[in-house]
Amino acid sequence: MKSFNGKVLFLDRSDINTDEIIPAKYLTEISREALAPNLLEDLKLDGFDPATDIQGKAVVVTRANFGCGSSREHAPWALEVNGIHLVVGESFARIFRQNMFNCGMMAVELPADTIDELFTTFAGRETTAETDFKGGAITFSADGASRTVPFAISGFDADLVNAGGWVDYADANY
Amino acid sequence: MGKTIAQKIFDDHRVGTPDADVQVIRLDAVFCHEITTPPAIVDLERRGKDRVFDASRIKVVIDHVSPAKDSKTALQGKILREWARRHAIKDFFDIGANGVCHAIFPEKGFVRPGYTVIMGDSHTCTHGAFGAFAAGVGTTDLEVGILKGVCAFKSPETIRINITGSLPAGVFAKDVILSVIGRIGVGGATNKVIEFAGPVVAAMDMESRMTLCNMAIEAGGTCGICEPDRVTVDYLWPFIKDQYDTPEAALADFSRYLPDADAVYANTIDHDVSALTPMVTYGYKPDNVKPVSEMTGTPVDQVYIGSCTNGRISDLRVAAKVLEGKQVNAGVRAIVSPATPKVYAQALEEGLIKTFMDAGVCVTNPTCGACLGMSNGVLAEGEVCASTTNRNFNGRMGKGGMVHLMSPATAAASAIAGSIANSPLFNG
Repeated sequence: MKSFNGKVLFLDRSDINTDEIIPAKYLTEISREALAPNLLEDLKLDGFDPATDIQGKAVVVTRANFGCGSSREHAPWALEVNGIHLVVGESFARIFRQNMFNCGMMAVELPADTIDELFTTFAGRETTAETDFKGGAITFSADGASRTVPFAISGFDADLVNAGGWVDYADANY
Repeated sequence: MGKTIAQKIFDDHRVGTPDADVQVIRLDAVFCHEITTPPAIVDLERRGKDRVFDASRIKVVIDHVSPAKDSKTALQGKILREWARRHAIKDFFDIGANGVCHAIFPEKGFVRPGYTVIMGDSHTCTHGAFGAFAAGVGTTDLEVGILKGVCAFKSPETIRINITGSLPAGVFAKDVILSVIGRIGVGGATNKVIEFAGPVVAAMDMESRMTLCNMAIEAGGTCGICEPDRVTVDYLWPFIKDQYDTPEAALADFSRYLPDADAVYANTIDHDVSALTPMVTYGYKPDNVKPVSEMTGTPVDQVYIGSCTNGRISDLRVAAKVLEGKQVNAGVRAIVSPATPKVYAQALEEGLIKTFMDAGVCVTNPTCGACLGMSNGVLAEGEVCASTTNRNFNGRMGKGGMVHLMSPATAAASAIAGSIANSPLFNG
C-alpha cells in the first residue's frame, strides 16, 4: 500500500486543472518518472513556487473540483513520482479522482468547512499529515496544533487502494 | 420509476456491482490514441498481460501529434502500431488515413445508440451525441478496458438540459454549449451525465450534437448524451442498413434507449436560446463566458479552426462562408485543421480549401494540432488565440498563452478583423 503520511502542500484555489498539474507538452513521455520535475509548473496561484514548494511534500490539501479537464493519468502520475499519494479537497473531477484510486492512491473529499478550517489553522505552517487508513481519519499537525478529521471512502475505493490499483483487481474479478 | 438514457444503457451492460453505487459495465468499444494508450500497452506488457479482450471492438488512431514531431512522439506511434499489428487490430488509422479521434470514429460508424464506449481522452463524451454512454478515462481504466472489456462507473445520475426556444441566425451549437457551461459552471455536472434535449437539440444535425456533447466534460460531466432519433438513424444508415430492413425499423429499435417520461433526474434545466448571441470565453476557465459583443476588439495573434469540437465539414463551411473573398488580417496567423481526411477531401471538393488559402489561412493535415499545445501552432508567451477548440486553461496552447473559445463563425470573423469580432452571419 502507498504511504499517505508526510508533509502537506496547501494549494488554496478551486478548479486546479490537469493542464496546470502537468502541461500537455510532457505527454510525449512514456515513463512516469520523467514527469517528476514538471509537476504544477503552470499553476497560477499567488505565493506558490513549484521550484521550492513541492520538494519533500507527501500530501496535498486543496479546495473544490481539483483535477478538472483532461483524462490524462499523467496528472496523478506526476504527483506519484513526487511522492504525493494523497490529495485532500472539497471535491474532485470524476476522471482525476478515479485515476487516483486506479493507481492505488487516494483523493479524499472533506466538507467545505473542514477544508476551510484546515487552511485557517495550518496553511503557511510546517504541517504533517498522518493517515489512519483502517480507522478512516487523518491527523494534521503543526507546531502547537493538531486536528484529526474523519474521512470516508467507499468499499470499492478501499479495495483499489488495498489491491494497489484497478488492473490486478479487475483481472482477478472480471 | 422511470429511467434515463444512461440508466437504461447501464442496465443492459452491467456485469458487476462492487459497491452500492458503483457499477462495472461491459464495453462495446474501446477507442485508443497514441498519447494515453502506449503507457497502457507498456504496463500490460510489464504485468505479463499483453492481451486484448476483443480486437474487433478496439479502434485506434494516431491523431494528437501527426506526423510525429520528434523521437518521443515517433516512439509513441511505433508502440501503438506494433501493438495493433500484434493483436490484429484491423481498425487502425495511421498517417494518410488518420484524423481527430472524436471526428473520425463517428464518421466510420463505430458508435451506435445504446453503446458503451471509453477512451483515454476526456472528450470521449462527444460520442454521446449518438445516444451512447461514452466517457473519457485515464490510462489504467483504458488498460482494463483493453484487457477485460469492462469499466467501473458510479451509477449514472443525470442532469436534463432542455434547450428551448429557437436559435437565432448566426448562433451555433458552440454558442449554446458555452452558454450552458457559463450557467452551470466547470463543476456543475461533476459525476453526472448531461442529457441534452428539447426542440433545439431535436432540430440539430449530428455534427452540432457532437459539438454540444464534446464540451460536457468542461462542466465536469461524465458524458453528454442526446436522444437517438431520425437524425441519428439517417447519419448511421450507411453503416446499419444490413441490420435493419428500413430506417423506421432502426428507429424503433433505438427507441429502447429513449428516456422514460417519468425518468428521475438529479435536476432539470430549461435553457432558452431565443435571445442567445455568439459567445466567447475570457480568462482560464471554460465557464468564464461572455457575449462576443463584450469582447469585441480584443486583439488576437492567432486564429485556430479545428479540433474535436469544431473541425468538421459543417464548421469549415461556416468559416469559409465568412472568409470568402476576404483576407486574414496582416497581424494574425490563421490555421485551419480539417478534422479528418474525409472532411479535408470534402472541403477540397467544395472549394473551401481554396477559399481558406486565398484568404491567407494555413491549412494543415487532419490532427488535434494546436488545441493542446503539444505539436504545431503553439503560442508564445503573452500571445492570444481565437480558437474553436474546447479548453482555455492557462498554458493550454503554450506556456503564457491565452485562448478564447468561440464558434467557427466568430473565429473566422476574428481572423479578418485581427481582433475578436462577431461574424456577419449574426445580425444581433
